[in-house]
Amino acid sequence: MNNVFVYCEIEGTTVVDVSLELLSKGRKLANTLGVQLECICAGKGLDGIEKQVFPYGVDKVHVFDAEGLFPYTTNPHAALVVNLFKEEQPQICLLGATVIGRDLGPRISSAMHSGLTADCTELEIDSFEMSIGGVKKAYENQLCQIRPAFGGNIVATIVNPEHRPQMATVREGVMKKEIVDPNYKGEVIKHDVAKYVPETEYVVKVLERHVEKAKHNLKGAPIVVAGGYGMGSKENFDMLFELAKELHAEVGASRAAVDAGFVDHDRQIGQTGVTVRPKVYRPRSSDQRYR
Amino acid sequence: MSLKIVVLAKQVPDTRNVGPDAMTPQGTINRAALPAVFNPEDLNALEQALRLKDQFPGSTITVLTMGLPKSAEVIREALYRGADCGYVITDRSLGGADTLATSYTLAQAVKKVGDYDIILGGRQAIDGDTAQVGPQIAEKLGLTQVTYAEEILSLDEKARKVVIRRHIDGGVETVEAPLPLVVTVNGSAAPCRPRNAKRIMKFKNATAVAERAPEAAEKYAALIAKKPYLDIPQWGAADIDADPTQIGKAGSPTNVKAVKNIVFKAKESRTLTASDADVEGLIKELLDEKIIG
Ligand SMILES: Cc1cc2nc3c(=O)[nH]c(=O)nc-3n(C[C@H](O)[C@H](O)[C@H](O)COP(=O)(O)OP(=O)(O)OC[C@H]3O[C@@H](n4cnc5c(N)ncnc54)[C@H](O)[C@@H]3O)c2cc1C
Ligand SMILES: Cc1cc2nc3c(=O)[nH]c(=O)nc-3n(C[C@H](O)[C@H](O)[C@H](O)COP(=O)(O)OP(=O)(O)OC[C@H]3O[C@@H](n4cnc5c(N)ncnc54)[C@H](O)[C@@H]3O)c2cc1C
Repeated sequence: MNNVFVYCEIEGTTVVDVSLELLSKGRKLANTLGVQLECICAGKGLDGIEKQVFPYGVDKVHVFDAEGLFPYTTNPHAALVVNLFKEEQPQICLLGATVIGRDLGPRISSAMHSGLTADCTELEIDSFEMSIGGVKKAYENQLCQIRPAFGGNIVATIVNPEHRPQMATVREGVMKKEIVDPNYKGEVIKHDVAKYVPETEYVVKVLERHVEKAKHNLKGAPIVVAGGYGMGSKENFDMLFELAKELHAEVGASRAAVDAGFVDHDRQIGQTGVTVRPKVYRPRSSDQRYR
Repeated sequence: MSLKIVVLAKQVPDTRNVGPDAMTPQGTINRAALPAVFNPEDLNALEQALRLKDQFPGSTITVLTMGLPKSAEVIREALYRGADCGYVITDRSLGGADTLATSYTLAQAVKKVGDYDIILGGRQAIDGDTAQVGPQIAEKLGLTQVTYAEEILSLDEKARKVVIRRHIDGGVETVEAPLPLVVTVNGSAAPCRPRNAKRIMKFKNATAVAERAPEAAEKYAALIAKKPYLDIPQWGAADIDADPTQIGKAGSPTNVKAVKNIVFKAKESRTLTASDADVEGLIKELLDEKIIG
């Protein structure tokens, strides 16, 4: 009860990176709070899925394995999470700020009547005094959800002390994936899916699905050469690709450069694009100066 | 055969161009300091609605917007482009709402409209940037949802089913879903058709009560008596039977603890010239530190 939960997103039978990153963050939050880290894995053919998550320090894996759970559709996944949460009463729930996380998170928050903060860049535990609805109270061990706005010029700390679970989504690459112990062992709980998901929830049929592997490794690149609108043209961007090749680097771009059609959208860096954590980042404008 | 379509449209501050006074000290948007626009993806949603109307003549498009009185501009804009009618939901008690309170309010308004086959909204609003309101409304109405939609490929009225292509991470998928449902439309969907000149002439003097100067009340009454379509209907919290504990700031579980303006800081930053010496120095340093090579 009152543990930290992570909803693990699964592509085929593989837990995606953003979920592993959130497990690492969730582990730290759970340590600070002195509670357990639990996660939800829902899909089909998930035998042995726990092996993918245990090294990140998961104490309990809730497995929901059934034909209709992959590919992801909203209602069945929402039903199983909400019904599980009613039993488990988590205090925190983290999801990836992916298409799936942003489809599912708000649905859960609405059903649980709890707050959800989008696209957080930091999550911390803190105690403070706050006045809500005119009543000042001391709140202990709350989740502070930090999110930027307006292109990152403003950062707000959001809290939801009166409602549980405290929910947040986080984009891929923001938190760091860290193995706690390759031999970490937790508990596996295989749930009877029919108990959590009524047959009537399988309402959307996926007729066709096409997923491509990323064409580049921008998010994992140790060196990123970035260009902005000042590059002036697609042709000038080719120079950056040449430079990147020499440096074994990847090319990233600002939103303005992407909007101008100089590079593909999947190379956009920042709030609305890929989050990178390189060792070297060399933004290059048109004025030939390095920053 | 015709459809009842609801479109959710938000008037947003143009966050593509913000200055230092964009936020109030309380952490809410300083809506007075920023130009207000039709949320871009809500225009994509309107276009999908108009296409359904083209395909199923006799269909009606009702636009709902929650916001300050001036958000009636969004309704006029939608009327210019082909919507049939729209409601402005405005009330002091609705301000300061987070996504949960916003979705409750809009869900109440949709219930008040009553009859609907499909509810279309944008994927996300450019100010809050959360993409949460669509799914929350769907949950509150007990409907399913298709988010990140790029195109409504077909709609079968008899079978009450719709086929939609949607964006997913790293690809696309095509789904079949039952009516009624909530669809949120992605910016990669078809852009909205332009305003229609005849409709501009017809609706340019349409107003909501809250927009009208009190001293001009008589003038408006006379005008609307002749042309009832020039009245943009307006709802307050009571009109949509809203529970006061679920709207506005009071109905919002999230609270802003702190707001900070930040200056982006690199751990270390240097400016170099384009001279060969500087470039060589940099390359040598990076090689020495084994960052490249
Ligand atoms: C970086 C940053 C992150 C933030 N993160 C969060 C967060 O995670 N959660 C959170 O709740 N807040 C967050 N906020 C705070 C947020 O700005 C507000 O405090 C609050 O959530 C309401 O949003 P708003 O500023 O759009 O308020 P408002 O301007 O009051 O708008 C809220 C909604 O109410 C409508 N509205 C306003 N006035 C009326 C009226 N008279 N009649 C009808 N409708 C009206 C608006 O159209 C809008 O849809 C954040 C702020 C910043 C700066
Ligand atoms: C900087 C900032 C950050 C914020 N972060 C959060 C947060 O993390 N969590 C949170 O709960 N709240 C947050 N808020 C508050 C949030 O902006 C308001 O609650 C707002 O009323 C709805 O959320 P949204 O703008 O994100 O809309 P989205 O959920 O992005 O909007 C999706 C679609 O819903 C429809 N829609 C949304 N609002 C309206 C409306 N007023 N009228 C008609 N249709 C509408 C439109 O079709 C829109 O395209 C934040 C506000 C600010 C200013």
